[in-house]
Amino acid sequence: MADTMQFDLVSPERRVASFAASEVLIPGTDGNLTAMPQHSPVITTLRPGVLRVVGEQETREFVVTGGFAEVTADSVSVLAERALPASEVTREHLDQWIEEANTTLAQAREHDLGAESVDSAAKLLADMVAMGTEIGLSDTARAPAP
Amino acid sequence: MPSLKDLKNRIESVKSTRKITKAMQMVAAAKLRRAQEAAEAGRPYAERFNAVLGGLAASVGTGDNAPRLLAGTGSDQTHLLVVMTSERGLAGGFNSNIVKLAKQHIERLRGEGKTVKVLTVGKKGREQLRREYGDTLIGHVDLSEVKRIGYDTAQGIARDLLSRFDTGEFDVATLFFARFGSVISQVPTAQQIIPAVYETAAEEDAGADTTLYDYEPSEEGILADLLPRGVATQIFSALLENAASEQGARMSAMDNATRNAGEMIDKLTIQYNRSRQAVITNELIEIISGAEAL
Repeated sequence: MADTMQFDLVSPERRVASFAASEVLIPGTDGNLTAMPQHSPVITTLRPGVLRVVGEQETREFVVTGGFAEVTADSVSVLAERALPASEVTREHLDQWIEEANTTLAQAREHDLGAESVDSAAKLLADMVAMGTEIGLSDTARAPAP
Repeated sequence: MPSLKDLKNRIESVKSTRKITKAMQMVAAAKLRRAQEAAEAGRPYAERFNAVLGGLAASVGTGDNAPRLLAGTGSDQTHLLVVMTSERGLAGGFNSNIVKLAKQHIERLRGEGKTVKVLTVGKKGREQLRREYGDTLIGHVDLSEVKRIGYDTAQGIARDLLSRFDTGEFDVATLFFARFGSVISQVPTAQQIIPAVYETAAEEDAGADTTLYDYEPSEEGILADLLPRGVATQIFSALLENAASEQGARMSAMDNATRNAGEMIDKLTIQYNRSRQAVITNELIEIISGAEAL
């Protein structure tokens, strides 16, 4: 039995990473899930979060937002609207994303798009902040208003 | 008969034109390479995305509770044409070809009694459409400030499109852009994006691709999340294709211009040499006949 699987991380602008991995932690919308070889096929949407990939030599972390992951027995493909190696994410990136999420939330509230949109926008913002904390760029001052 | 000086001036002016077109050609070639790389880099994402969406769309179907982005609004009365052109001219027939295709569609749709609205991306298409169809233009996306087309550019357009769709401004949206074939062939293309049309490749190789996926949260949930992103993805690929096509068209247009300038210079040079020789001969005749008269 193969002990690795093909891992691909693709963003709209380029292929970010492609290598053999033995374990992939995916930040799914409904919670984290770890895919290992011979996982049953799953397609899940992503929430903003950290994708942790255990490769043969090293463990790499990527920050992803928006998109989906496709898991099959011998491969994991993650298609994310934004995908960056976690080490390249800076304060500015995070600030900008949180700003965007804030704007979305404000718009949802303002235009009264229904509780669902407001909730999903609020969740997006919370996820962004949580992601910042996870990669060590925490900022409690920006936590969403209750 | 132009004087020698006139001819000389003309040769100089054509020469400097040739220098400019030559430079533009080389710039376009460099930009084309970059645009092509960007288009190729974007392809894996778009292909996978459309494959997954196509599979999902096929399994959810276009039933009553299918998302509106997939099933449509139930009418096709109002059409929105998104016409993508470049910000700059001097690209041969690039912009005109796209606009021509769009105009054909406008006329056909009007003939069928439909309402047509036009959203332009890029200045050149707007200028051409404003004359005849000024009343149909409902918006314009300016890309002159955009140095490099990024996904966020496409997202911005998609967001605009989706909010218009949500408020019921249109039923069907079609993209107009030039698909990049090669430097000498850019094919103007019309692609319907709302309601989404996915090539059902899944049906063709249904035998080969029998993987049954679990869906988290649910097929409908994923579809609702992915369809708006699918619009952005399609716009993004169209923008990239268009950018590559524009540079390709400009490159071949400038290549032609450079060659024409070269031919013109040759012709003018011959004319110049002949006139000069005529002047010399004339002078000689005058001198000789003057000497003979003595």
